[in-house]
Order: sequence, then C-alpha cells, then structure tokens
Amino acid sequence: MAIDVLSWVLLTLGGAFVLIGGVGGLRLPNFYTRIHAASLTDTMATILIFVGMMLQAGFTLATLKLAAIMLFLLLTGPTATYALANAALLSGLKPNTDTIAGNNKVDTRG
Amino acid sequence: MIFVFALFLLTLLVITAIAIVRAENLFVSVMLTSIFSLLMAANFFILDAADVALTEAAVGAGITTVIFLSALALTAEREKRRAGGQLIALAAVGILASLIIYASFDKPRLGDPEAPVHQHVAPWYLEKTPEYIDIPNVVTAILSSYRGYDTLGEVFVVFTACIGVLFILGVKPPEQPADRTAESGGLRHHLIPQVVGRLLVPFIVLFGLYTQFHGEYGPGGGFQAGAIVATGVILYALLEGEGEALRAVPRSVLLGLVVGGALLFGAVGVVCMLMGGAFLDYSVLSADPVWGQQLGIIIIEAGVGMAVCGALLSIFHAFAARQSQP
Repeated sequence: MAIDVLSWVLLTLGGAFVLIGGVGGLRLPNFYTRIHAASLTDTMATILIFVGMMLQAGFTLATLKLAAIMLFLLLTGPTATYALANAALLSGLKPNTDTIAGNNKVDTRG
Repeated sequence: MIFVFALFLLTLLVITAIAIVRAENLFVSVMLTSIFSLLMAANFFILDAADVALTEAAVGAGITTVIFLSALALTAEREKRRAGGQLIALAAVGILASLIIYASFDKPRLGDPEAPVHQHVAPWYLEKTPEYIDIPNVVTAILSSYRGYDTLGEVFVVFTACIGVLFILGVKPPEQPADRTAESGGLRHHLIPQVVGRLLVPFIVLFGLYTQFHGEYGPGGGFQAGAIVATGVILYALLEGEGEALRAVPRSVLLGLVVGGALLFGAVGVVCMLMGGAFLDYSVLSADPVWGQQLGIIIIEAGVGMAVCGALLSIFHAFAARQSQP
C-alpha cells in the first residue's frame, strides 16, 4: 500500500515535470532556454516516472528492463541536448546574455 | 483507456501529416517524418503488432531519417515553390479522399472477430503453427515459411533498391583519401557525444543480434535486426567519421552482405528443391520436418538480416561519400 502510494506520487511528479518541460519548450523566449526546459523531461521526469514504474513492477524482470531503459535514456537524453546546443552555437546562434527584464522578444530563429 | 490513447495518437498523426505538407523547410519536414514514424510505431504497438512496430521504429524513425538528411545535405534545404496546378491537385485529393472514406463504411469494426481477415487463413496459421513449425512467434512463421515467396521478393526489392542507389550515386570511393578532416571527421572534437556514443554502439549491435536470433520467440527478425545493426554502424560513422566506419566495415564486406544475403535466401530454396521438396519448403531440410522448418527459418532470417544491413549501410555510405567530394 505504502509502495503503491509512493509510486503514484512519483509518477504524478514525473508527469508534472513533463508538463513543465512542455510548457517551457513552448513559452520560453529563445532557443537555449527552451532546450533547457525540454531537458527536464530527459532527466528528472525520466527518473521519477521510471522509479515509479519500477515500484509498480516489484522485483521482476520488468524492473530490470525498466532500469536498463532508464540508463539508456539518462545517457542519451542529456547527450542529445548537449549536441543540440553545441550545434546551435557552432551554427552561430548567440545565447542571449542580456538579462534586463522585458527584453524577451520571441526569437523566431530558434 | 487504450482507446483514448489510440485516439490521441491518431490525432497527433493527422496533425503531424498536415505539418509535413505545410512545412517549407525540408529539414523540418524530415524531422516531422521521423516523428510520424515514431507515432505510427506506437500505434502499431497498441494494435499488438510488435514486429511491425519494431520495424517502423528502426527503419522509419531511425535509418530513413539519416538517409533523408544525407540526401538533404546534397540538395537544397528549402522546398521549391511551384505555381499552378493546385486546384487540380486539390480536386484529385478530394475525390480520392471521399472514395476512401466511402469505402471505409464497408470496413468491419476494428478487432471484429467476424471480419474476413480473421476468418480466412489466419485461424489455420494459428492452429497449425505449433504442429508444423513449433515456434512461439507465428508472425515469423508466416513471414518466413508460409509466405516465404513474398519475403524472398522483399529481399530482392531491397537488393534492387541498393543496386539502383549505387548506380546513381556511384560505388567508387572519392579520389581524395589524403585529407579526411573537416567533413568526414565526424564528431571527433566533441567529447561528450563521442564517449556516450562509443559506449552505446556495442549495445546497439548486440540488441540487433538479439533481435535477429530471438525472432522465432519474440518480436523481431531479419528486417528489424538488419536495420538496428545498420543504425549502430551509422552511429559509429557519425562519431568517428565515415572513413573510420569504412575501415571497420569495408565496402566490399557491405556488398558481400547484400549479395550474400539475397543469395543465401535463394540458395535455401534451391537446396529444398534438390532435396526433393518444393521451392522454399523447408520441411525436407532435415529428417524431422519441424526441425527442418526451424532450420530453414533461421537461415533465411540470417539472409534477410545480412541483405538489409548491407543495403542500408551501402546506401548511407553512397550518400556520405558524395558529400565529402568537393
């Protein structure tokens, strides 16, 4: 019972992180801030959702498979984010270092 | 619950399809096509077609995207505007769409056990497979044994496609092996993708081999395995540069895989004939007909895997070699 509650709490939190990542990916002003938001789904949401599902599965083969998939996603997700940001930087998209409030015009290039 | 999920996926599919048509930047189109394939794979999966889902994910979302991107690097990135003809196209699509929608009224409900497709040969396959072939994955049994001719045809389609691409883009390596620096250097100067990629390549290839040899017991088989192994090698090529990948798996080996795979499949059929059976009737391969069927399936699946892997990699290298030319 306690495990079930914990697992659902984790799953809900993970879902919330996916949602936040999605909203951030749509709403944030430029490319770099957007992939920063999107990377939430790769890391925190992945961990929370997968641990939640592992608690649902218990000590079975499914847990082992979930752990393998989680490891795979944790390796590839941040790498993809890094590669994306790096490619953007190399192709000449400058990060917006201007931190004055109100200067968040929508960057149509990203 | 699964119905809601399916509806959600199908809606996303339609949105993606419209976005593909509307996108003018071809790079965006290619990415959307990849997303379309991934959604399609999820759709196949919730329809319990795990084998097809695996193929769609590996080929549609994986390899095709890479090949499209390689082709895009050779051509322009933006779609050419074409004036006129839009009304005719709209009329043609409209008529076709209404015909298809009209035809769909006659379609049986999804998953209806009374549907013709579930009444024809499918029950016989499900009933007789344990007796004749004795493998758990009936899809593999149908694909390799009952429908062996179709699969042989598919392998030759792959073979012909590979030959066609190689004829158009050229088999000869470019004439400048000395300075492989910028273009063909891969991601050599990016430490993080390289380290992670190097870590993953062996596991991708291992998973491909698992899919190949586990195809009789679970979802998988030659087509999926060939595509997955090819993905692993392409990842290696992206990380280390195309030259390194060619050093690991040379062109001659790739062509050997394509030709050898197709020949292996055909040869099994001929051996069946020589041993007194019909073409691709594996029962005669062994004294025990069930074991003969299994042996035949394992061999022809290996042939399929070799041909698909070789063909995909040859096509990839043909594009990549063209890019590194000035």
